[in-house]
Amino acid sequence: MLKNKQLLDNLQELGLKVLYPEQIKFSVGMASCGRASGAEEVFNALREEIEQTGLGAIVTPTGCLGFCQKEPLVYLQVPGQPRLVYGNFNSNRAKELVQAVRQGELYKKMLLGTVYEDENVVEGTSHQLSSPSFVSGQSEGLRQLKDHHFYKGQLKIATRNCGNIDPGSITEYVAMGGYQAFYDCLQKTPAEVIETIKQSGLRGRGGGGFPTGSKWEFARNNVAPQKFVICNADEGDPGAYMDRSILEGDPHSVIEGMLVGGYAIGADTGIIYCRAEYPLAVETITNAIDQARTLGLLGRDILCSGFSYDIKVVKGAGAFVCGEETALIASIEGFMGEPRPRPPFPAQQGLWGYPTIINNVETWANISPIICRGGDWYAKIGTEKSKGTKVFALVGDVRNNGLVEVPMGTSIREIVYSIGGGTDPNLKIKAVQTGGPSGGCIPEHMLDIPVDYDKLLEAGTIMGSGGMVVMNERSCMVDVSRFFMSFTQEESCGKCVPCREGTKRILDMLEDICQGKVSDLRQLDLLNELAETIKDTSLCGLGQTAPNPVLSTLRHFRNEFEAHITNKFCSAGVCQNLFNLVINSDLCIGCGLCSKACPQAAINGEKGNPFTIDQELCVQCRICVQTCNKNAILAVENAKRGGSVHA
Amino acid sequence: MKELMEVIKKHQDKSGKVFFILEEIQKRHNYIPKDVLKSVSKETAIPLPQLYGVATFYTGFSLKPKGEHVISICHGTVCHVKGSKMLSETLEQELGIKEGETTPDSKFTLQSVRCLGCCSLAPVISIDNKIYGNLDREKLRVLLKQYRNGGDTC
Repeated sequence: MLKNKQLLDNLQELGLKVLYPEQIKFSVGMASCGRASGAEEVFNALREEIEQTGLGAIVTPTGCLGFCQKEPLVYLQVPGQPRLVYGNFNSNRAKELVQAVRQGELYKKMLLGTVYEDENVVEGTSHQLSSPSFVSGQSEGLRQLKDHHFYKGQLKIATRNCGNIDPGSITEYVAMGGYQAFYDCLQKTPAEVIETIKQSGLRGRGGGGFPTGSKWEFARNNVAPQKFVICNADEGDPGAYMDRSILEGDPHSVIEGMLVGGYAIGADTGIIYCRAEYPLAVETITNAIDQARTLGLLGRDILCSGFSYDIKVVKGAGAFVCGEETALIASIEGFMGEPRPRPPFPAQQGLWGYPTIINNVETWANISPIICRGGDWYAKIGTEKSKGTKVFALVGDVRNNGLVEVPMGTSIREIVYSIGGGTDPNLKIKAVQTGGPSGGCIPEHMLDIPVDYDKLLEAGTIMGSGGMVVMNERSCMVDVSRFFMSFTQEESCGKCVPCREGTKRILDMLEDICQGKVSDLRQLDLLNELAETIKDTSLCGLGQTAPNPVLSTLRHFRNEFEAHITNKFCSAGVCQNLFNLVINSDLCIGCGLCSKACPQAAINGEKGNPFTIDQELCVQCRICVQTCNKNAILAVENAKRGGSVHA
Repeated sequence: MKELMEVIKKHQDKSGKVFFILEEIQKRHNYIPKDVLKSVSKETAIPLPQLYGVATFYTGFSLKPKGEHVISICHGTVCHVKGSKMLSETLEQELGIKEGETTPDSKFTLQSVRCLGCCSLAPVISIDNKIYGNLDREKLRVLLKQYRNGGDTC
């Protein structure tokens, strides 16, 4: 059991030895996306090859470094040398890498860059790591990972440890300065802790953006025999997965944040409500809690401070609405996840009627660095009203998929083009969607707006939990708003009428438009009116924000709606029956790939000459569009039927 | 019945016990049989409407038996944009069932899920919690064949 600071220091010393051992160390990114890309095979291949060749080296798992496009990621650490990061690995490359290391050669295939050990540390959150005295050797002159365009412009605070430590090792977390913040808090009064959080300007990262410090203060000031701390890990927004990544890559940062929160408001129980769709996250955080408990960092009289606190994990059972805080509370209590009217707010009457603070995973992961470095340090990062950094899941039609953490105030254009590398060079970006089913679409010409709670709201979307889905010309905005409406309609709990009935009616209207059944443009005004009504009259956040995707697409892409209604034409070629596919004979090189792929055998031609599509047979499945390397297959209006067109 | 009593006893003092009890029943039977639900109500004095409400509200619980392999097609935003509909159509065609149904031989259950959080690999599906990404029609057919011929592929 940890009794005092000395033991925390000892743990750190031990951790540093594991983190930077005196032997060669390979690490493999083993978060969900890494595993789905074959990380386990790479891990096993490394182990087998090391065993067979007798190389004195170890292999450890680590979390996600964010560069999902390059998964599986492998790290090589030779004592005295900066760490080498490799992408797109497979079993064969793993074997080659071990062979190269054995022969003292630098393996350059798929090398993304180098990382110097002190780069991983948020300054001031750790004891100065043993000063690295690098041998100026093979790695000299190699590109540093931080100079890679994907990482340039990023600032990692919440995801500081992801991909750098073994998530299954509490000592490695302590080595990186972990549990130092909690220890510091124990030397302060709860009021001082809350003051630091307030000073930092941290706002809830789950989407609402409520000031975290104020929320804690409300709960602190409510006198009650029992209080609760909840971590909302019911990350239901489609297109967002930073919370999963943090839980899988750095679970102790969440536990430590919740310890600080518990101490600040005077709670003795913390609950992590994690969605069941994330089995690995549930497993990782549960193990981490057990470790912390074994070392006495959870439980009774922690670090001899007199403060007692424990955390348990509750697994969600699959309902999007449970991300809403009052619905989440109902779910933990064993009821259907139906939201309750606020006030009373959870900070007044939450779980079982007691004061409760609920913050999401990313918010909790920000707490320790703020405590260590001070509220004013954090407040210097970002914009006037949005402080710190935000993690985004940059996904969709973008070349570099992944998790990126940027200072608030960074423009969306910079994220999408500089970090993300833009989209397919043959296509143009049409919109960027943020905030999931509660957010909206920002058109390309407005991408210069900065990441900032209030600026995004002005543009008709929200910060949300951090999904950033890039869409190019092949996405139909009417179809996208129909998609989101079908999502919220299905996930509506059915308690209040505007959300239950209103979303259904909007969905019906959008489906009619997508099928070309609407001929009257006035239907769009009705759609707008209904959306505004749902927004004004729904009970909870889900209903109040459900019409946002429709309102924002109507605002920015009204021309597409009008084309569907007036011309019965879907220019993106998504809404079936509202377009024909034809081959542009100027671009077609007659390779025949489309013809081979077509399940209807509707594409014919001679190799070397432009092919044509038989409109009688074509079912507009678009498989050919995805197959064509020359972007030669176009969607045209139904009226223009008949073979090739000349562009 | 004895088994059920054990489950109830194990969780009866926990706060929010409904979830724990239903979860364990679901795990043991692969679904929640209606008569078991009635027995739980009788033994715990939790009203049947509340139990039924919870059991039908959450997608994690099912009142119908599930197949040996559960295929979940991700219909998150990115998967939608990248063609999850095509994956659904392919699977429905291959298995001869719609989403939400189980094959007559109880081998496969097809269901939709809202985002598996592996958006960078879209479109993705999961089979028995194992995630497969960057799929197209052909890869999906190969994958399905492997499961048809027996179990996990890796």
